[in-house]
Order: sequence, then structure tokens, then C-alpha cells
Amino acid sequence: MISARERLANHAILVVFAVIALFPMVGVVARALSLPDLDVSAFADAWTDGHFATYMRNSLIVTAATVTAGTLLSIMAGYALGTLAFRGAGALFLLLLAGLSIPTEAVVIPLYFDLRSAGLDNTYAGVVLPQTAQSVAFGAFWMRAYFRSVPRSLLEAARMDGASSWTTLWRVLVPMGRPAILTMIVLTTMWTWNEFLIPLVILNADDGVRTAPLGLSFFQGGHQTDYTLLMAGALIVAAPVVVVYLFLQRHFIAGMLSGAIKE
Amino acid sequence: MRALPTRGRPPRDRSARGGGGRPPGAPRNVGWLYVAPALAVYAVFLLWPLVRGFWFSLYDWDGLSEGTWAGLSNYAKTLSDPSLRASFGHALVLVVFYAVIPCLIAFVLVAVVSRTRVRGLALFRTVLFLPQVVAMVAVAVAWQWVYSADGPVNGVLRALHRLGLPDWSRGWLGDFSFALPAVGLVGTWVETGLAMTLFLAGVQKIPRELYEAARIDGAGPFREFLAVTLPGLRRELAVALTLTAVAALRNFDLVYVTTKGGPGEATKVPAYEVYNRAFNTGEVGLACAIGVTLAVLVFAVTAGVGRLAEGRGEARP
Repeated sequence: MISARERLANHAILVVFAVIALFPMVGVVARALSLPDLDVSAFADAWTDGHFATYMRNSLIVTAATVTAGTLLSIMAGYALGTLAFRGAGALFLLLLAGLSIPTEAVVIPLYFDLRSAGLDNTYAGVVLPQTAQSVAFGAFWMRAYFRSVPRSLLEAARMDGASSWTTLWRVLVPMGRPAILTMIVLTTMWTWNEFLIPLVILNADDGVRTAPLGLSFFQGGHQTDYTLLMAGALIVAAPVVVVYLFLQRHFIAGMLSGAIKE
Repeated sequence: MRALPTRGRPPRDRSARGGGGRPPGAPRNVGWLYVAPALAVYAVFLLWPLVRGFWFSLYDWDGLSEGTWAGLSNYAKTLSDPSLRASFGHALVLVVFYAVIPCLIAFVLVAVVSRTRVRGLALFRTVLFLPQVVAMVAVAVAWQWVYSADGPVNGVLRALHRLGLPDWSRGWLGDFSFALPAVGLVGTWVETGLAMTLFLAGVQKIPRELYEAARIDGAGPFREFLAVTLPGLRRELAVALTLTAVAALRNFDLVYVTTKGGPGEATKVPAYEVYNRAFNTGEVGLACAIGVTLAVLVFAVTAGVGRLAEGRGEARP
């Protein structure tokens, strides 16, 4: 049995860490709302004067394009790698898997010079394409694991019924795999929305295409100590992913934890 | 199987279509067509830049004029330049704050949770994991205020000062001795939730009987943790260490937003130097060499920690 004293100590430990974890979050919200006066004008100022309306729209476009392209390509690649057993599939899988451990820092400089030569710097495509490539490295790995978990007999049955590999994929396996696909979408959405280094380097000149985190860093440069406005900006940038997290927490956690376990 | 779309149609006899039939499970090279689009994007926008980055790293190049062949001299400089060596040293310090301390805190929390039925555990986990999903730039902007001269940290410290303690308040991110630990503690705040969530998932897989046996043997909380919880979490610990250590090595957003490597060079880290050398000081070749070195380090950490976990696993029956 556990003594009453230990129980008390255990609860005290948890409370202390909960307070430490919450302290900055509560502080930021209180500051942005100018509590205790409760003034939401900082959000309106950030949204219009700080151009956050534009930044959020840009992030929405970039994230939607990246996630859509990444999801379609990952489903197709994962399907082939997981079920079609073609020659070279094993080597190809390892090649894509290697992409999971390529840090952005190692590729962002050459990306900048090559995208600039191609005229893609300061465009949506210039940030969507590299991030799609990163999403595909994870997505192909993730979807392959799902497709391998599909019972062989189901694939046989579909084939016996005369379904082509294409029909089997989109009419049978994708509808069944919605939870796995949703987890992948949730994660790539978060990574793309939150990405900073790629937009910073690629979108270096045109403030009309800046994404939300990049916009926030410029906004901070211009309002060094106007913390009420800055906290409002930070909350605006964080809000979309946080809202999705609160609703789909299970997917975030499952994906981030098992996505890490590569073997 | 309700989704099968071909109700009522007789199965086609595939072998009758001249040579098209093959036993199920045989290689189907149509697979290449499915992989091709993903492979193309991946090769052009991730693999090729990696190769190009390595190529750039062998040149002295300012990004504007013609580059000159430099061999491995950029790598020699990465390893010998005092300021770059210091930046890798800072990255190691950050590994302590991002990986070691969060795992230790998470162990304490999980040990506590595994001994006491706690109400509101799900909420606790939700809150602790939340920093993981917030854009690092937003986290950085928030903490810059938290650490600022009139921010909440100094507010608490000044309140303690009024109670008779020494005055510990200062501009944390502008202080030569405290800027790096201050940046590191933000990492601790972000990564603890990840480690704890991993360990919580792992603890639930440890058979209850092991805990009961330990308690019957009279093990206290500490012994119980060492004998039951820690061995059961070996795999989760490896994953947590890998993810958090890689996050520490790749720390760019936080340093860029809060300190830009300052004051002086107190918080310069390799990821920031990649950007700084390429776009501020015009040393593109050197920047790429730092980037490649960082990639090697990340790969070594990933492989090394994984091996550590597996190696010990083989020793067990």
C-alpha cells in the first residue's frame, strides 16, 4: 500500500510541474488580452496592421497545397511499397526512409540557390515543393506500414473480383485506412504550418507571400517591446494547430510517437 | 469487405489474357508507376539538394562570384574555427537541456503516476504535450517576453526578493552567462511533455504483476522504479532521447528569434551558423559544410541511440 504521505507528495510533484508548464501559456494569454482589463484590440491590431490576415492566408495556401500533394503521393508510394512487391521496392523504401533523418539545415542553402535559378524563390511553389518532398519521406513510410497491415486475403479477394490495382487502392484500401491517413494529414499539416527555416530562406524578399511563422518573426523585429501586440500575434499563429490538436489529440500523439519508431 | 465494388460480376480469368496472368504475390512492376511521382519530388527537392550541399561545401564561394575549389578545407575550418567549435559545444549543452533533463523530469512524473491513481491525468498530459504542437517561432516570441526585463520570470524573482531573498532578476537572454541556459530551459519546457507522453504509453505496457511483486518484496518507490519501471521503458527512452537530442542539434527557430546567437557568441549554434554564414557573412561553402556536418551528427545520434537500445535488448533473455 502507498502511504498517505507519499500520496500527498506525489500530488504535490504533479501540481508543481503542471503549474510550471502552464505558467508561460497563461501568462501569454493574459498579456495578449491585457488582463485584468480584458481588451481584445491587440488581436485586431495584429490582424490588420500586422498583416496577419495575409500571413494566415499564405500559410493556409502553402499548407493545403503541401498536404494535398504530400498525401496523394504518399498514399500511392506507400501502397506500392507495402503491397505490390515490385523489383527494387526494398531499396527504394530505404532510400525514402533515409529522408526522415535529413535535417532541413543540410539542404536549405542549395535549395535556395537552385530555386532562385529556377525563378521559384519568393513563390508559393518554392516552399511547397521542398516541404512536399519532406512530407513524402514520412508519408511513404507511414502509409507503407498501414498497407502492410491490410490482410493479404482482402487484396486477393479484390483481385479475384477483377478490381485493378488502382481501383483496389482508392475504392477499398483508402476508405478503410482513413484513421492512418488522418494521422498523416494531421502531422504534415502541423509540420508545414509551423515550418520556419524554409520560408525564411526561400521567401526572403516578397512580404506578400510570407507564411504566418515568418510573418511573426518580422512582426517581432518591428515591435520589439510591444509585448501585448506580440503575444496576440503569437497566439494567432499558434491557434489553428492548437485547435486541431485539441480535437484530434490521439492522432497527434500516436503519430509523433510511433512515427519515431522506425523499425 | 463491403466496399468491394464488383458485386455480381464473374471473376475474370486472368491467365486467359495472353501472358498477363501471374500468381498472386508475384512482383508487379506497375509498382514503379505508383512510386514515380513521390520519388521524383523527393529526389529533386530533398536528395538532390543534399548532394548539391555536399558539392557546395567543397568550394570557397560567397554566393555571388565564381567559386574556387577548396577541397575539404571548409570541413577543417568547421572543426578548428574557435567560434564554430564553440557553437557545437553550445549544441551539446542544449542536448542536456532538451534531452537529458526532460527525460529525468519525465521519469519522476511517470514514477509518481505509476504509483498513485491520479485524477485528471489526461488533462495533465494534454497540457504538457501542448508545446510540441505550437510553432517554435510562437514559443520563442512568447518566451522572449517571459524572460524580458519586466516579464513574469523577473516578476516572480522580484517578489521573492521582497520576501528577503537576493535579487536574482536580470535580462536573461542578454546575459553572457545565462542566455544559453535560458534558451535551453525553453527546450526543457517544450520536450518534457514528449518524453512524458512516451513513457506513460510505455508504463501502461508493463505488467501490473511486476509492480505488485516488487511491493510484496517491500520495494520502496525508488527501488521499484529502478527494478521495474526503468527496464520496462528502455525502448521508449531510446526514442525520447533520439527525438529530443535531434531537436536540440537542429535548434534554429528559437535562437534566431530570441538571441540571434548573442550576446556576443554566447548562444551561437550550428543550425544558426548555417544560416548566418550563408546569408550574413557570405561563406556559402562553409555554411554547407556545417550543414553536412550537422546531418552526419543527426544521423549518428539516431543510429547510435537506436543501437544502444537494441544492443542491451539482445543481452536480455
